[in-house]
Amino acid sequence: MAYIDPHIHMVSRTTDDYRRMAQAGCVAITEPAFWAGFDRSSPAGFYDYFRQLTDVEPKRAAHYGIAHYCWLCINPKEAEDPAFAREVMKLIPEFLDKPNVLGVGEIGLNKNSRNELIILEEQIELAKQHDRLILVHTPHLEDKLKGTRMTMDALINAGIDPGRVLIDHVEEHTVAEVLDRGFWAGMTLYPDSKCTPQRAVDIIECYGNERIWINSAGDWGPSDPLSVPKCHVEMRRRGHNQKLVEKISLKNPLTFLRQSGRFVLPEHS
Amino acid sequence: MKMPQPSCPLTSKQVVDIYFMEHRAKLLDIAAFLDRLERAADQEGLQDVRVRALKKAIPLLLDSRCENHANRVRQMLELFSDHTTEPTPAAHTQSALGADPNTEY
Repeated sequence: MAYIDPHIHMVSRTTDDYRRMAQAGCVAITEPAFWAGFDRSSPAGFYDYFRQLTDVEPKRAAHYGIAHYCWLCINPKEAEDPAFAREVMKLIPEFLDKPNVLGVGEIGLNKNSRNELIILEEQIELAKQHDRLILVHTPHLEDKLKGTRMTMDALINAGIDPGRVLIDHVEEHTVAEVLDRGFWAGMTLYPDSKCTPQRAVDIIECYGNERIWINSAGDWGPSDPLSVPKCHVEMRRRGHNQKLVEKISLKNPLTFLRQSGRFVLPEHS
Repeated sequence: MKMPQPSCPLTSKQVVDIYFMEHRAKLLDIAAFLDRLERAADQEGLQDVRVRALKKAIPLLLDSRCENHANRVRQMLELFSDHTTEPTPAAHTQSALGADPNTEY
């Protein structure tokens, strides 16, 4: 079945992963800008990263018939120094007009600090000025509940239409509030943290299939670029029909991403 | 948000048949982790906030309040969470523990 993985960090993955994802039915991916596992020493490091996201990865993906789109930002883990973060943010408008850039992301909070919040608010403003979609990273583990609420408050206070924002990494304690406030929700399938495929299907069964998607968020840590099709298997073995699988992994991502005016599925899909 | 009606298409017998072995293994892993902790060379880890939070979470598995609403996962995640509302003054670390270090577990 053709599917979209709407959140994966292919800069951290091998070409073999592109091949295996294509074999499993992946036709398009979107790649948010994120933390590389270390703090970059200069804004120039981000400039090259943005070139990699907008120029290099789309070519790697195209070899396997996968459409590649991206999101740009400075991630919250490197936002504690506002002066540095603002230098990076100055680089972003140059890239935002490229046809494969869907919006600003993955912005958000990490430790829910004052400086992280300031930079989050400034990046929300950047998206607003350029009329771009927003992809939100919510914090890890014990920081998620508080950070998700703070982020949603910042978005609403800025006058952003929640229907143009995807709040990612939701779990059982955050999903209801995200959907209730009109945002889109993303479930990340990880082996140890966030959601397992089983829990993601539980959440769909409990909270419905509107404004929600699944993604692998495959990166340099414990993660699985094939977790999305593995979640499809979990849905089928419980007796859910193919329409639900397509809704979660094709129709819903298409509905959200097409709001960018840029996202197009490859013709072969 | 109003919880929808139960929507898992499987019968309860099918749920047991499909998932029991997987979760039996996970339960044994927790038991083995606690045993390993007690056999460790010192006792310091026994007071670690993560262990204290884990021990407080385990009874939720059999909490009748959870049983009636099938929301054990949510209750556990809320137990592990920071419930303050003001921004923290500064981020002194980039990582998270898995349990709130400022909560008395």
